[in-house]
Order: sequence, then structure tokens, then C-alpha cells
Amino acid sequence: MNGGMKINKISDWIWEIPKTEKEGMLVPARIYASNTLLEKMDQGVFEQITNVACLPGIQKYALCMPDGHWGYGFPIGGVAAFSTEDGIISPGGIGFDINCGMRLITTNLKIEEVKPRLSDLVNELYRSIPAGVGSKGFLKLSLSDFKEVMIKGVDWCIEKGYGWPHDRERIEEKGRIAGADPSKVSERAITRGVNQLGTLGSGNHYLEVQLVKIENIFDEKIAKIFGIKEKDQIVIMFHCGSRGFGHQIGTDYLRIFDKTKKKYGMNVKDRELACAPFNSPEGVDYYAAMVCAANSAFVNRQIITHKIRECISRVFGSSAEKLGIEIVYDVAHNIAKREKYVIDGKLKELLVHRKGSTRSFGPGRSELPEKYRDAGQPVIVGGSMQTGSYLLVGTDRAMNETFGSTMHGSGRTMSRRAAKKRFRGDQLIKDMKKDGIIVKAVSLSGLAEEAGFAYKNISEVVETMDASGISKKVVKLLPIGNIKG
Amino acid sequence: MEEFEFLDDIATADVAIESRGDTLEELFGASATATFEVMVNTKGVKPRIKKVLCLESQEIDTLLFDWLSELIYLKDVEYMVFSDFHIQIQKDANYLLQAQIFGEEICPTRHELRCDVKAVTYHLFDVSKKKGKWVSRFVLDI
Repeated sequence: MNGGMKINKISDWIWEIPKTEKEGMLVPARIYASNTLLEKMDQGVFEQITNVACLPGIQKYALCMPDGHWGYGFPIGGVAAFSTEDGIISPGGIGFDINCGMRLITTNLKIEEVKPRLSDLVNELYRSIPAGVGSKGFLKLSLSDFKEVMIKGVDWCIEKGYGWPHDRERIEEKGRIAGADPSKVSERAITRGVNQLGTLGSGNHYLEVQLVKIENIFDEKIAKIFGIKEKDQIVIMFHCGSRGFGHQIGTDYLRIFDKTKKKYGMNVKDRELACAPFNSPEGVDYYAAMVCAANSAFVNRQIITHKIRECISRVFGSSAEKLGIEIVYDVAHNIAKREKYVIDGKLKELLVHRKGSTRSFGPGRSELPEKYRDAGQPVIVGGSMQTGSYLLVGTDRAMNETFGSTMHGSGRTMSRRAAKKRFRGDQLIKDMKKDGIIVKAVSLSGLAEEAGFAYKNISEVVETMDASGISKKVVKLLPIGNIKG
Repeated sequence: MEEFEFLDDIATADVAIESRGDTLEELFGASATATFEVMVNTKGVKPRIKKVLCLESQEIDTLLFDWLSELIYLKDVEYMVFSDFHIQIQKDANYLLQAQIFGEEICPTRHELRCDVKAVTYHLFDVSKKKGKWVSRFVLDI
């Protein structure tokens, strides 16, 4: 399915499209995949990753992770690093859902305590965390409050009592990225996003109650460090982003970059790859606005965490502290980050675009909290609602090979339309109930689009990155309750 | 005649649409209906509330991008879905769009809600006239 492009095998898990395969490629493109995953990969991935390889200032390789599939602009699963001196920034390399990401939360509850009240728990979470088209959160923020959200991120939540002080340590960038400038955000983005904090969204966004089984713990020592301490433990995982606020910032700047691309001589192969030099006025503005959205996404996930703590406390009649409801980690997988890497023997600052890709920093990095510094960064990979998800750990190898990046999920293999033709939401609810998974969904057709068969085999995707040494498996987590928009 | 179809094999995780019309107004109407069909069964959306829109653009393709982006924006800001679109497009120095759009506030118990649309993308975005019909193709981010 590679559209006739030449692909060289670099190892069992790495495939390279040489830069001679498409006019304008500045670097080769590399795809991480098993043989089977490569064979089944969308043709769009090969087109899109080689388009990315043509963007000015790109370093080493345009990368695609094993969950890669046809997206818009970049493929989903795409990673590209650009020099901050003479490279670009592209909204299409980040996605409209800026800082869409994953958060994993532990409890000290065991399956035997949760099973009899699982239905109550799922109903309580469904009632408290709005999801689906047109959902609003419980917070009523003024404009100045919302500007504080953009700048302070999770620190704002902690000040207002929506989090514990040590929560911030367990969030990428401590939940607050520097460089936010609310004056670079349109009024439209603010009106669109101000009422949506604490909401899940729809599509592939979800909240899941998950189970740790003893046979699914691959690295007991690191699992313990991350707070997965015993068999039959219950954890909560969820997936969402910056909601309408980020979507509007993406739309606003795509429109601006589409107009300025001529001025900067940006001859892109896909209009959605519209970009501007990172150091241009438009590039600087977009980065400052993108950081506002990224910080608001951290806040969104923090408000949801607050609601999760309240819900579990109510259902189990104990405090969140006593129930051990702690954040394991929070990762952004649609974002551009300023990070330093050695390029040609010199330390260089790069703008790493991750679109459907997770940071996977290895041990010893100063960005990691002390608690995790010897182990490496927790990497949270969400699978389909029927098959399970993974917690992994970042490695040194990721720092050398993939700009500290890895996969973000299992990756779709079937279009939404095709899934809807093949599956029915009501039947899925019944089938999943038989498998011990309780589902509450706003939309039955939306649920059908998310059927497990519409996704790649998560274990094969994870195996690829584990075997290639980019991120190592720690625990597989099985769904027992699921909320979808 | 206003028509649209969902394209199954483009952009795996998102929704690709081809819409058609004898006139630009029909094309824009079909594209709007298709966008809301992704989010809701539009047959169940009554034309209770009217909103008025005016947009201006140098190019017809950017006008369509702005039109769809505006509808997605209104969905979040007004908490509304729309099902009826009365559109006028004039070409002067620029393209001018004036529209009255009709819909109602989102009601999860009454409306058959589907997937939210985050944005309209420029991936494979195209507006052209083929064999006397206006045709557009666009991909929505889900």
C-alpha cells in the first residue's frame, strides 16, 4: 500500500523511504512498523510522511509511528523536528485538537470492591463529566479567569482547589508551558472554549475504568514506581484535549498561514501543511496561542480529574486521599515542543511536532519528576474500547532515534463510515457487557465508529516500539467501564 | 439539485465529503447539511431559531472554508444545530455570502446526536465546476 515508493528495510522494525523518492524531500522518511503493520498501512501515510519530509528546516528524518494512519497534513502518528532558527511551525503538524492527550489515574480499589458497584460508578462518572456534541462544563469563568487558565495551566486549578499541589509534578511540563500569550488568541476562540472546561468531547475521546491483571504486568519494579502496585487494582484512563478553544485557534491560524505561505515562499504539497517560519511574526503568534490552548487542555484534564475524585469518593464513601486517587502521568500527543537534541555533534534547539505521537523521554531527564527520574517517563497509550491500553516507559534510545517520541494509540485501520456500516452501537453495548465492560455513550452511531475492529491490534503496535527499544512495556490495562461522547 | 456523499476511503479517522449543486448556493447548502449530518440526524432538527450570516472572501474556496468554519463555531457558541440554509452568493470584487440559517438548541434527549466536528481542514480541499455542476470535496476533523 506504499503507492509505488521504494522502501528500504533498516531493521525488523524500521523502514526508510529515501529522499530521492519525491521531489523536494529534504530528509528521508522513516516508519516504525512490524512487517504486518507496514503491509496494512494506509497509502495516505506514505504520501503524507514524504510531504512532511519536504518542509523547511526539518532535521534527520520525518518519522511515523506504528499506529500511523491517514490524517490531514501530517499523518496521525507523525513526528517531525524543525530547527527553531530556520525551520517552520505548522498547525497541520499539531492538529486542531491542540494538546489532545492521555491521563492515567490510580486508585487503591480492587476489582472485588468495584465489580458490585461498577454500574453505579460508570453512571456517576457519566453524569458528572459531560461528553458529546454541544456539552458544557460546570465552570462559569470570566474572561480574566480564562486568561489565567491560558497562562497558568494546572497551577490555576491547584489555586482554585481543583487539584492537589503534587499533581503538577505528574503532568508533562508540570501542566504549564511557558510562552502563552492570550493577546494572540481570537475572541472567537475564547467564546467557543470558555464554557467547555471539564468536558470530554466526542469521536475517539473517552474515559475508561480499567483493571490491572497480574499476568499483564511486564515490569513489576517500574509499575510500582508508577503506582501500579498490585494485581486486580483499578485505574482510570481518559483521552481528551483543548476542545473548541484549541479547535478555533487551529482554524484561525490555518487561515492566516494559508494566506502568508506565498509571502514566505512556503511551497507545501498539501494545503493543510500551510506553515510559517517559526521566527516570523505569524509563527511566533501561533506558538504563543498554541501554548494557551495546550495549557487549557491540561486544565481540562485536571478539572475532569477533580470530578473523578469526587465521583469515586461518593460511590465508595471515602475520601479521594484514602482511596489513593493519584495521577500517574499526563501526556500531550498533539503538540509542538521546544526541546534540545544533538544534531551533527552539536546541541540544538528544535521544535518537535508530535501529531498523534507521545513524548517518550528516557531516564535521567530533568523534565521528569524526581519520583520517575531513574525509571523514565510514563508513556500512556490508549487502545480501543474493547481491547485494552498500555502504560510504557520512555528510553534513552528514543532520545537518539525519534526525538524522544513514540506511538499514541493503536491507530485506526477502518474509516468511520466503514465501521458504522459494519457495527451497531446497541449491539456493541450488549457484546461488551457480555465481556464484562459497561458502556455509557451519548451517541450510539459514534460508539459504532469506535468498535475494536476499526483499530489496529494494539499489542502489535506496542510490541513494535518495545522491540525497537523506543518505549518499554510496563503494564497492559483492560477496560471494564467506558464513557464515550 | 443539492447532493452530498460521504467518501469512505479517504482520511481514516476523519470524515471526507463530496457535495454538489447546480448553483453555488446549492453547493454551500449541501456542504452545510452534510457537515451537520455528521453531528446529528438533521431530519430531527426543527427550524425554530434563525441566525443571519454575512461572509466575504476573495476566492470561492476560502469562502466555503469560512462558511463551514463559521457553522462549526456557531454550533459550540450557540449550542445549536442547523438544518435549513437560505443562501445568497454574489460575485463583485469579492465573493459575498448572505445567509439565513435555521435550527435549534442542542437537546441530547430529543436529537439523535452523532460525532462532534472539530474543524474543517484544507486537506484535499477543492471547489470546482464540473460538467455544469459545482462540486466540492472537504475533510472534517472529528
